[in-house]
Amino acid sequence: MRKEFFLNAALLGVLLAFPLWAWSVDEPYLITLATRAIVFAIAGIGLNFALGFGGLVSLGHAAFFGLGGYVMGVLAFHAQTYTPVMGWPLVINGTKSMPTIWLIAIALSALLAVGIGALSLRTSGVYFIMITLAFAQMLYYFTISWPTYGGEDGLSIYVRNGFPGLNTMDPIQFFAICYAILLIVLAFVFAASRSPFGLALGASRQNEERIQAVGQVPFRLYLTAFAISGAITGLAGALFADLNRFISPTMFSWQTSGEIMIFVILGGVGRVFGPVAGAVLFILLEHTLGGLSEFWHIYLGAILLGVVLFARGGLYGMVAGREVAHD
Amino acid sequence: MSLLKLSNISAFYGASQALFDVHLSLEDGQVLAMMGRNGMGKSTTIKVICRLLKHRGGTTMFGGRDIKRLPAHKVARLGIGLVPEGRRCFTNLTVHENLIVAAQPGEWDFSAIATLFPRLEERKDQLSHSLSGGEQQMLAIGRALMTNPRLLILDEATEGLAPVVRNEIWDAIARLKTQTGMAILVIDKSIKELARVADTAVILEKGRSVWHGAFTELTPDITDRYLGV
Repeated sequence: MRKEFFLNAALLGVLLAFPLWAWSVDEPYLITLATRAIVFAIAGIGLNFALGFGGLVSLGHAAFFGLGGYVMGVLAFHAQTYTPVMGWPLVINGTKSMPTIWLIAIALSALLAVGIGALSLRTSGVYFIMITLAFAQMLYYFTISWPTYGGEDGLSIYVRNGFPGLNTMDPIQFFAICYAILLIVLAFVFAASRSPFGLALGASRQNEERIQAVGQVPFRLYLTAFAISGAITGLAGALFADLNRFISPTMFSWQTSGEIMIFVILGGVGRVFGPVAGAVLFILLEHTLGGLSEFWHIYLGAILLGVVLFARGGLYGMVAGREVAHD
Repeated sequence: MSLLKLSNISAFYGASQALFDVHLSLEDGQVLAMMGRNGMGKSTTIKVICRLLKHRGGTTMFGGRDIKRLPAHKVARLGIGLVPEGRRCFTNLTVHENLIVAAQPGEWDFSAIATLFPRLEERKDQLSHSLSGGEQQMLAIGRALMTNPRLLILDEATEGLAPVVRNEIWDAIARLKTQTGMAILVIDKSIKELARVADTAVILEKGRSVWHGAFTELTPDITDRYLGV
């Protein structure tokens, strides 16, 4: 527990110190790299809420990541072209306000998660995996065939959206926004995992029959967890779109779902800070191995295989020890 | 009116019938001992009461309400607290968390449980898998009490425990009976210990309720015939 606390503090410290150092030596690319790690970490934390705490192996979290991204893209596109998103029956205009975009991304992702969860949570195991994957792929093919927003080519947003009092085009200021959101998300997930709801979710994952016998409803617990998970991943998608100022159907692809899952597995499933470590490690590997060979994913695959076979608790498990065994 | 009344219950595991016309009734504030050799349908009957197993025939009335079509969590919220066989604590949670997760509004809260089982107070931040068998059993009882039940069901609550711990558990059950007036359904093999607390008894054999009456009417002839003791 003590080790884990120090590891968490060190991770947050490094994540803050590195871009500050990059800023001091005028290396904006490295600041963007750190921001990317943070956005991926938030996406991983979202998946981890369903996978790690609820035992829900979703291979379709790209649906929420992509939806968050497209919420940003569509609203910003209409704001910069001065056209309404919708003219009838309600007039909905675009916006360049980050907080507004985040709130809409969170709300719509949670809503989508409730819809997907209401259907997929009636199944389990491989069926659950396949249904979540199918929903994400449906959205992927839908966006490919949606010419208004760039279809397969995607859509560029020329100016990053705004945040009151900050210049979001400045990499360090945009990093600060993402870092603050990461802290808020971590605090929320930490509190939620220790709340009566989080405890019941963990208990339900261990034994559904037993949790019913004390008056809890596993389906409701899982659905709530899935909605929270989707909302967090959707928020990450909106940030990712703003980071790149670009959206494309790739955000919905199964490769994106797989990458989000890799952050969780690399860092440690079920550990609040696990996906943060996983995302940082992923970016490090991408940066270092990517420089050695364009086939760096092969090395990443080998590392992932090693983690799954020999370090099931991920990076956190290796350093801070495995979580308690479940019966 | 009985607090719990089972009439003509038949239940199946797949195609295999486990219960045949089981009858039993339990009054408010009384303790019912459910007895029988291994594999006679005691735990299956408990599962039927808690709606963890759907039964095909018969009626299950609790507090004057037919609970046959209710899901398990609603039955628990109606006031049936289960201490399952083999303790079955949530091993990934601490003692305190195991209790919190089951909490329903009522007089039973953590401090009331700690008064009944002071050992749980001492170990409240310990993961439940690190407790001794007796402590895990106390935790399982505490968890069921946290649902503030009108009926507490104990399935083999003292099985496999050391004599000193068994006594502690039986003392707690006796205290629950006298101090709270809670209805209790207890499954156990020890007739001597059951005699301390039970008002009535039901005996199951091959999935049928073959004897039902006051515990004091349980003669050696009956126990010899159905329990083989």
